[in-house]
Amino acid sequence: MLEPLLRIDNLTKRFGSLAANDGLSLDVLPGEVHAVIGPNGAGKTTLISQLFGELAPDAGSIVFAGRDIGPLATAERVRIGLARSFQVTELLPDYSAVDNVALAVQARIGHSFRFWANARADPLLREQALQALRRVGLEDRGDVAVSEMSHGEQKQLELAIALAAKPRLLLLDEPMAGLGTTESAATVALLESLKGATTILLVEHDMDAVFALADRVSVLANGRCIATGAAADVRSDPAARQAYLGEGSA
Amino acid sequence: MLQADGAIAAKAFKRTGALRAAGIVALACGALALPFAATAIGDPALISLATRIVIYAIAAASLNLILGYGGLVSFGHAAYFGVGAYAVGILYFHFHEAAPFLGFIPGTNRLLIAVPVAVATSAIFALVLGALSLRTAGLQFIMITLAFAQMVFFLFVSLKYYGGDDGLIVRRRDVLLDFDMADDTTFYFVCLAVAAAYFFVFWRVVESRFGLVLGGIRQNERRLAAIGISTYRYKLVAFVIAGAGAGLAGALMANFAKFVSPDLLHWSQSGDLMIMVILGGSATLFGPLIGAGMLIGLETVLTGWTEHWQAVLGPLLILVALFTRGGVVSLFTAPGGASHA
Amino acid sequence: MNLLFEQTLNGVQFGVMLFLLAAGLTLIFGVMRIINLAHGAFYMIGAYGAALVGERTGSFAVAALAGLAAAAVAGLVIEYVVVRRLYARDHVQQVLATFGIILLVNEGATILFGRQPLYLPIPQLLSGTVQIVPGVPYPAYRLAIIAAGLIVAIGLAAFINRTRIGMLVRAGSTHREMVRALGVNIRLLYTLVFGLGALLAGLGGLLAAPLLSVQVGMGEQILILTFVVVVIGGVGSIRGAFAGAMVVGVVDTLLRGFLPTLLHRVMTVSAADALGGGLSSMGIYLIMALVLLIRPQGLIRAAS
Repeated sequence: MLEPLLRIDNLTKRFGSLAANDGLSLDVLPGEVHAVIGPNGAGKTTLISQLFGELAPDAGSIVFAGRDIGPLATAERVRIGLARSFQVTELLPDYSAVDNVALAVQARIGHSFRFWANARADPLLREQALQALRRVGLEDRGDVAVSEMSHGEQKQLELAIALAAKPRLLLLDEPMAGLGTTESAATVALLESLKGATTILLVEHDMDAVFALADRVSVLANGRCIATGAAADVRSDPAARQAYLGEGSA
Repeated sequence: MLQADGAIAAKAFKRTGALRAAGIVALACGALALPFAATAIGDPALISLATRIVIYAIAAASLNLILGYGGLVSFGHAAYFGVGAYAVGILYFHFHEAAPFLGFIPGTNRLLIAVPVAVATSAIFALVLGALSLRTAGLQFIMITLAFAQMVFFLFVSLKYYGGDDGLIVRRRDVLLDFDMADDTTFYFVCLAVAAAYFFVFWRVVESRFGLVLGGIRQNERRLAAIGISTYRYKLVAFVIAGAGAGLAGALMANFAKFVSPDLLHWSQSGDLMIMVILGGSATLFGPLIGAGMLIGLETVLTGWTEHWQAVLGPLLILVALFTRGGVVSLFTAPGGASHA
Repeated sequence: MNLLFEQTLNGVQFGVMLFLLAAGLTLIFGVMRIINLAHGAFYMIGAYGAALVGERTGSFAVAALAGLAAAAVAGLVIEYVVVRRLYARDHVQQVLATFGIILLVNEGATILFGRQPLYLPIPQLLSGTVQIVPGVPYPAYRLAIIAAGLIVAIGLAAFINRTRIGMLVRAGSTHREMVRALGVNIRLLYTLVFGLGALLAGLGGLLAAPLLSVQVGMGEQILILTFVVVVIGGVGSIRGAFAGAMVVGVVDTLLRGFLPTLLHRVMTVSAADALGGGLSSMGIYLIMALVLLIRPQGLIRAAS
């Protein structure tokens, strides 16, 4: 029995009288793609924010690789192996695509307190950045400023940046949101190529993608996890169908 | 989304690298030739004017690091400018007139000692005040930097021993090797050399790994945290570097004017520095120089025509703010393209 | 003891001035998120309008109306011509443009009215003293200012909390997109808020006119403290502006009133005056720094 890479135990977060996360527990095994689905308002975004350190929980614990990361700030969590893509892209608009990724590489390698050498001429940073861009198919768009890229390209860039961090656990927040069919297929293919090598927690609405990629699926409703299991099993779980799939959204 | 001033300047750099290099050469030639031209046309006051512009260009550039590149709107930068100036003034005071400072630190009239002391003192002030201020953001940050600068201003006002409100006269400029610093042309060239070195180092810093992180902080701090960068420490280091630069300019100013007073730390001085940066073009290398030149140059030129020159400057600032993308520099560059800094 | 009482009242009166400026500024920053360095200009315009008309007509009431009108019109014009184009821009452009407005307005006033300060006499009715506490006479005019300030504060609170427009102002400050989506005329709302701010600042200026000399630059001096009040009180909150203004007004006045005297006991008079003056001036900024470090959102947080 594998030790979970991420164990979320009884996580609770309230906003006023609303409990966005209400005793949420789930775990993610190393190497798996674990999808989190649920209707709007089920608490998915709150969960990601707490995992990433942008929101402080009211109760419960988050244990990553055996370590309680509750007291750690976002940047510290990233440095121990967590990475995230944002649903609404958070990029550096004035910099080029390759700059954005190279900065992530630079942050991972360390040593950003360098004041003399031209960072853009650093072959190590450039090469690793281009590698990440190649994986998402953006190697020809490296020198374009982010502000001039299409929405789809920006989402792909988000993924490239997350990959450049070479994370142990990748939190993907609706990577398919706003993508057309071709782009979605490309993203699914990319994520498939990562399976086994990188552990992924995937929050998604796109059910085709979820069932194509996920090893396990957790269903959230009303702030807690009501069903976890292999994709096929969850599909037929009555509680899950009732809360989410049964409502016919996709 | 924040203004892509850097993007604009950088696209120009890429497409017109040769043009830019030519511009820099022209600027350098002009700067070197200026004293001789001024003497030739019989207007030596131009040398003083140019010296003032050079000194303020350094001060404005130091602010540009945190304001333009870092996106930190500090309304208290004059504090570090003034501290640097007072360091020189106080050291000279203890050399010339009084017993050692605090009883054991001797004064000095040597530039090569006074300037590093001024820079270090400003850096320490910036470290302490910055460490506290950077715990806030947005309007609160602007106000707290102003508040701290006001406190330092009133501190010097209340120090009657060093002149207080009336200021402190520095009888002679500090000596540098064998140069005749009393000669305005010599002093101008010293300032020019310091400025050239400063801008060169500045250029390396903004293109370095540190500079890229700083630019990233300005554009999207959340993204920087998400790649594992604890932004506070970078902001603080930038703040200290900026304070040190302002101290350097202040040290030169004390020598230039042979006078220091709390006016150097007044909030309107901080405002002037901000205007120079923004008017010239924030997050560009030469914006502060253009801004300093424009503000000081316009003041001098317009005062000759009318005492109400501010009625001309005011609308000019408004027009630049409303109708240029990023200060005067952006008028000479094309939009679009990836930012180089 | 009497001196303490008198100085405290002076502090409250100064606080009222600050409140009139800070209320407008906090609304403008809260609703439109715009940094307006030129807010002091309306204070000055109100004072100038009142002083000029007061000189001609000799009637304080007419002068006051003139001051209010001048400030309101100036506010609407400046909003229409310049400020409205700044809402979508960076703080950096806003700083530059509003700084330019200050230069233009100040120099314009110098061109039109010269460099000599103007004066506005205290209205006859209020030129005496009142004994609120028996045996302690206090200038009636200053009491009137305090009263006026309280009336405005209550009226403003009622306006913000109980009227439809007030609700839109509150909503506009915390949920701008929502207000826009509901089809409310945001442009008009912004213009009204700006105009209201200018009016309040002008009121402060004309009330201050009999106590100070009316001259160019009076707006900037008080503007710095106004920013301090806004930050201490909490951006966007009228109650915060009031609380902050009272704290700043009273503390500043008491420090200036008593610190130099206290220092006389330990040092020479001139040194004490200089140090006392410096420390008193520093005092307010020290308080603001402490508030910001302990409670960055200010004393009273407008729901956001």
